[in-house]
Amino acid sequence: MRSKKVFITGNEAIGEGAVRAGCFFYAGYPITPQNELTAFMAKRMAEEKRIFIQAESEISAINMVFGASASGVRAMTSSSSPGISLKQEGISYLAGCELPAVIVNVQRGGPGLGNIGPSQSDYFQATKGGGHGDYHLIVLAPGSVQECFDFMFLAFNLADKYRNPVMVLLDAFLGQMAEAIEIPKSKIQISNYKKDWALTGAKGRAPNVIRSLFLGEGVLEKHNLKLQKKYKKIRDNEQLFEIENRNNSEIVFVAYGISYRIAKEASLLLQEKGLKVALFRPITLWPFPYQALKSLAKDKRAVFVFELSYGQMVEDVRLALGESLPVYFYGRAGGEVFTEKELLNFVEKENA
Amino acid sequence: MLEFKKPQTLKDKPFHYCPGCGHGIVHRIIAEVVEELGIRERTVAVAPVGCAVVAYDYWDFDVTESAHGRALAVATGIKRCRPQLAVFTYQGDGDLASIGMAETLHCANRGENLTCIFINNACYGMTGGQMAPTTLIGQKTATTPQGRAPQKGEGYPLKVPELLANLKGVVYAERTSVDSPANIIKTKQAIKKAFLNQIEEKGFSLVEVLSQCPTVWGLSPVQAVRWVREVMVKEFPLGKIK
Repeated sequence: MRSKKVFITGNEAIGEGAVRAGCFFYAGYPITPQNELTAFMAKRMAEEKRIFIQAESEISAINMVFGASASGVRAMTSSSSPGISLKQEGISYLAGCELPAVIVNVQRGGPGLGNIGPSQSDYFQATKGGGHGDYHLIVLAPGSVQECFDFMFLAFNLADKYRNPVMVLLDAFLGQMAEAIEIPKSKIQISNYKKDWALTGAKGRAPNVIRSLFLGEGVLEKHNLKLQKKYKKIRDNEQLFEIENRNNSEIVFVAYGISYRIAKEASLLLQEKGLKVALFRPITLWPFPYQALKSLAKDKRAVFVFELSYGQMVEDVRLALGESLPVYFYGRAGGEVFTEKELLNFVEKENA
Repeated sequence: MLEFKKPQTLKDKPFHYCPGCGHGIVHRIIAEVVEELGIRERTVAVAPVGCAVVAYDYWDFDVTESAHGRALAVATGIKRCRPQLAVFTYQGDGDLASIGMAETLHCANRGENLTCIFINNACYGMTGGQMAPTTLIGQKTATTPQGRAPQKGEGYPLKVPELLANLKGVVYAERTSVDSPANIIKTKQAIKKAFLNQIEEKGFSLVEVLSQCPTVWGLSPVQAVRWVREVMVKEFPLGKIK
């Protein structure tokens, strides 16, 4: 497919990706550092004669998405950390009602109002629940502006395929930085999923009902078991990750998103000094690629995990590896970003 | 000959509501209006959190639940994507006027082309009779055991149609009741108008229905109807507000 090269920010790439992936409805609310995305959607959705709403709140935005999705269209919202906290009730309802939707979180520093710097401190919230009840989001972590664009197709497809909300998790850094990316010149074929459950009016069929309330003994348990079966299917089939320098390396770096880019720079500096480093990047944070990491790390000496948090994904790394080898963690949060030199110093100190 | 029969838009299932409750009456009115307007195949209801959450057990058309208070945001999403549908919300006073007030006010202010049926029974019924924003002054509830007292910071009965009538996006706001056959007929006329406004793409319509909740009020069904007529309407006067 022929493509053109454009120089855009991660936030804009997400918007363009969403539009091309057939997103018909967007609702959002102003919050930094994702405002460029909302503004982009205001313009592009109008051009495409699709629906854009600036909602009165994050809560309203996610519930508008609930309604749009229930009507059978591709729908999304975006926000940043404090706003995503507000959306958690709606996300739980989407999961309970098995409605597809895409939620973008351009993470900023927390807790509370925090600041507007880059952060990866919402990992737990994104991958371990966030809202109430036993549910999972599929969580995609782009590592470049190109992936911000590409992953929107994946996000909408996975959402429709599994009737499940999907979160695209990035950070202020990736959202605001611009890179040159390839965008196909022609229209991209969108996968069409049959939505015979959607609320389109009960014409020639029995009425459709969207619900997450199940009263009566055992009925809700049955619904939950159905959801768990779906999550197992997703675990079995949808794990994505990237490995570099698998062979002849002594240690492993594990990082995602912007942290991976910095970790990779640090690994190049170490290589110059003679230490070979394998790189592991989970792309789906849920389902987390436990087996792939385990198999990569089995003949290595140590694993280093780098995050813009005080240690969240590292718990999944430890779950994957157990006590089989030492796992070291280095992280910064509060909107601060480590440098490759910082990582290098940390590795040299621990690996001495 | 006048034949009394169940509308096709109601399933053949007895209502689970308490004896004397107003929900069953209003459910039936809506079902009759949808049938008479011939819009069953393009009607979508948004049910609230509250006693009426299981409205889909009774209405024979598409229904979705919504989170507590968010019905009008959900309805906005549906209607904007499929404007050919007739979309309405069915909400109680706690849902619409307390936890969902922001969604209610802004949906009305945007002038969404929707129909909102607002059931005011002056209490939270499903959770056991707590104070609602529409609870009358002096009315005893589970959370106002001495009676609602504004001087204790418990606020005043909230008048939703009067509040919304100030907004340009609202084309129609009326308060009715279901305490007598005459008022049931008036309620049906109001609800029909609220649906017709949407079909004619006029904008946001709200009908507040004063509805009896004998169980929480601690009254017999007959006493409850009398309480609506003699007490509740003094605070919430019936009629067209806009």
